[in-house]
Amino acid sequence: MKLDSKVPTGPIEKSWDKHRFEMKLVNPANKRKFKVLVVGTGLAGSSAAATLAELGYQVEAFCVQDSPRRAHSIAAQGGVNAAKNYPNDGDSIWRLFYDTVKGGDFRAREQNVYRLAQVSNNIIDQCVAQGVPFAREYGGTLSNRSFGGAQVSRTFYARGQTGQQLLLGAYSALMRQVGAGAVKMFPRREMLDLVVVDGQARGIVVRNLVTGALETYWGDAVALCTGGYGNVFYLSTNANGCNVTAAWRAHKRGAAFANPCYTQIHPTCIPVSGDYQSKLTLMSESLRNDGRVWAPKKKGDARRPQDIPEDERDYYLERKYPAFGNLVPRDIASRAAKQVYDDGRGVLGGQAVCLDFADAIKRIGEDKVREKYGNLFDMYHHITDENPYKVPMRIYPAVHYTMGGLWVDYNLMTTIPGLFCLGEANFSDHGANRLGASALMQGLADGYFVLPYTIGGYFAGTKLGKVTTGHDAFKEAVAATQARTDKLLKNKTGASPAVLHRRLGRVVWDKVGMARNEKGLKEALTQIPALREEFWKTVSVTGSGEEFNQTLERAGRVADFMEFAELLAKDALTREESCGGHFREEHQTPDGEAKRNDDKFCHVAAWEHKGEGKDPVRHEEPLTFENVHIAQRNYA
Amino acid sequence: MEKKNMNLTLKIWRQKDAASKGELREYPVKDVSPDMSFLEMLDVLNEQLVAKGEDAVAFDHDCREGICGMCSLMIDGQAHGPDKAATTCQLHMRRYKDGDTIVVEPFRAMAFPVVRDLCVDRSAFDRIQAAGGFVSVNTGNACDANAILVGHDTAEKAMDAAACIGCGACVAACPNASAMLFVAAKVSQYALLPQGQPERAKRALAMREAMDAEGFGHCTNEYECEAACPKEIKVSNIARFNREFLKAAITAD
Repeated sequence: MKLDSKVPTGPIEKSWDKHRFEMKLVNPANKRKFKVLVVGTGLAGSSAAATLAELGYQVEAFCVQDSPRRAHSIAAQGGVNAAKNYPNDGDSIWRLFYDTVKGGDFRAREQNVYRLAQVSNNIIDQCVAQGVPFAREYGGTLSNRSFGGAQVSRTFYARGQTGQQLLLGAYSALMRQVGAGAVKMFPRREMLDLVVVDGQARGIVVRNLVTGALETYWGDAVALCTGGYGNVFYLSTNANGCNVTAAWRAHKRGAAFANPCYTQIHPTCIPVSGDYQSKLTLMSESLRNDGRVWAPKKKGDARRPQDIPEDERDYYLERKYPAFGNLVPRDIASRAAKQVYDDGRGVLGGQAVCLDFADAIKRIGEDKVREKYGNLFDMYHHITDENPYKVPMRIYPAVHYTMGGLWVDYNLMTTIPGLFCLGEANFSDHGANRLGASALMQGLADGYFVLPYTIGGYFAGTKLGKVTTGHDAFKEAVAATQARTDKLLKNKTGASPAVLHRRLGRVVWDKVGMARNEKGLKEALTQIPALREEFWKTVSVTGSGEEFNQTLERAGRVADFMEFAELLAKDALTREESCGGHFREEHQTPDGEAKRNDDKFCHVAAWEHKGEGKDPVRHEEPLTFENVHIAQRNYA
Repeated sequence: MEKKNMNLTLKIWRQKDAASKGELREYPVKDVSPDMSFLEMLDVLNEQLVAKGEDAVAFDHDCREGICGMCSLMIDGQAHGPDKAATTCQLHMRRYKDGDTIVVEPFRAMAFPVVRDLCVDRSAFDRIQAAGGFVSVNTGNACDANAILVGHDTAEKAMDAAACIGCGACVAACPNASAMLFVAAKVSQYALLPQGQPERAKRALAMREAMDAEGFGHCTNEYECEAACPKEIKVSNIARFNREFLKAAITAD
């Protein structure tokens, strides 16, 4: 396997322009001859499907939910970054590029990040034109707020529902094309295999989740926009349905998986309250604009936070990082919270610290706080039964986003020709840590402004034979999928898939979570395969494959997590350094910050599947930093 | 105050598929923590059912934080249950007491056929959206974002309408199974914003027509939709939609 990133050479400011010019074009009349299958309808998938259809391509789009509008992008709260510099505070494309490369701890491709910063401005324009109701000033111009890892206000938002509003914008564009007959939409379908013909991605096998039937679809290219793998930890801020299945099955068909160990633990989530818990809820990073993070100074302080006097509180982020204060990047804020807890200073002795709005309410008033964050406060109140306008929120880090994903080149194409990967599902733009409000930016950049160009370059430069779903490769993929389903349905007594998922999550969180070390990772690498074996022996899946069967859906996803978790641990063990969200306890500075090893690990690790039971092979794509000076991150 | 776990009785609608006849079946659930969400309580029940070799109860859910609009239960006859301004996934068991019996059904409407157990088909909403719930602007056509000025209060009003999560509680709560609140929210968002003006009349007519074609009932001002809406969308949007529709119908060619 050869990793050719295809990044353009020459000055970075010109690289995307140059690349777009050098790519061959498909003329407007020929576009209708090509069919693209888009899997997933979050920000990346909806925006890609709509835009490709506008250009004239035939598009078929698939999602697991009952409607494309429900993809998990909808839950993104805080905002979307762009280098508009509307607040006149010194922002620029270069600064957004710089902050993102630095925020990612120098483990992302410079050219990709630069392109992301460039198109960020087009995204805001496009979304506004669609009628996305962003927050506005009284004069009618757009409002901005700040997010972690930046000293400028470049985040656009729609209350605490920015993801929802951006997704509904992309969904409206998608439904417009569905209404026009340019996109065929297939909801309640789950992709279970990729079909490769003559080395090119030419189709997919999906399960119709209502009837249980395995269906096949052919295309000239396939775009996976299927999100991240955070649910490998069982508890995360992801929706329950989020999974690695589509990406993992593509990986097993030849797509390299890059940097699986780069997982983001978000610092501000509602703490775990019991064993039955099915998910963790995020409290948006935007809250750190006005909320102050603190923990008791005294170890084992059993008082309720509201009873702890001001001089006995440690505003540890403001103390340790005066320049960025509460707005340090996520990985740093999360580790700081863990250090406080490890030090015995968790609130009420538990895994929690405070996020306090008392000062903000005093400064700008409760009404203004409600206007900015009302829905987040309500959400907190619903879950905890505590009123955050009156008492400090209790928060703790939780798994939130995954920077790793399928390896893609500058064109967003995986190592399988014709298989593209967009949004959180790919590995490309965030390096080892994603800055807040950059996920929405990347998903929409990929879908609206990158794939629509690069897919034309692929079609114009590639010979594609005629393929239909009658091809043997489709029959083979369906037979393999059917065999797997039958195997899952064998047992009718034993543990439910959810129970085994919870056990897997505990191993991954304990040993491959916020802090990792060689001993723990090696233990995980014995425990995960053992648990996987137990899964296949004991998992109980009731019902049949020929009906609506959520237990079977869950079992298939957990089975893939059982395989994927091993690769995640292996990648974490091999990367003998700390960077961004990947923290190896053996590699830290005297202050407990992540210590990179640029001599040995300034590269992307991309894993190649070599067959069942065989060890995957690790490939390296070297990273060079010609525009942003590589250095130890400093937010103090 | 010590919070005590509860024992409850659930009466749950079971239906194999759209063609089969359904019925309410009784299930005891023991040791329910008041801090559980309603859906987590159903998870516990399902784990028990699967362990016994029985089919789990099918119910739609995804984000479990009140934004995806996937969850959709009638709980004791109320869409999303007894809490105001909350989805089913935001309902917590602290609302109930030991010994309670809870009746759980799918959202009921002719335009939302049952798929299985508690899951319904809400694709009618997607078809209404496809008929006109958009601004026709291809990618790349946009002008600079600040070239379109929208006053603060107008933007807030548009956002109030745009907050709809498309769950269908308004339809389930309405004695006529009318989709007016859902459609009105979308029409209002665009009618309020400058971006929506060129297609304003066409949109109101097209979405109205698509809504009627799906078999939703008419609005008779019951206000049940507003009471059930987890995002507190106001019926004043329906008044605006009626004005939009009338104006468009009168001035249409």
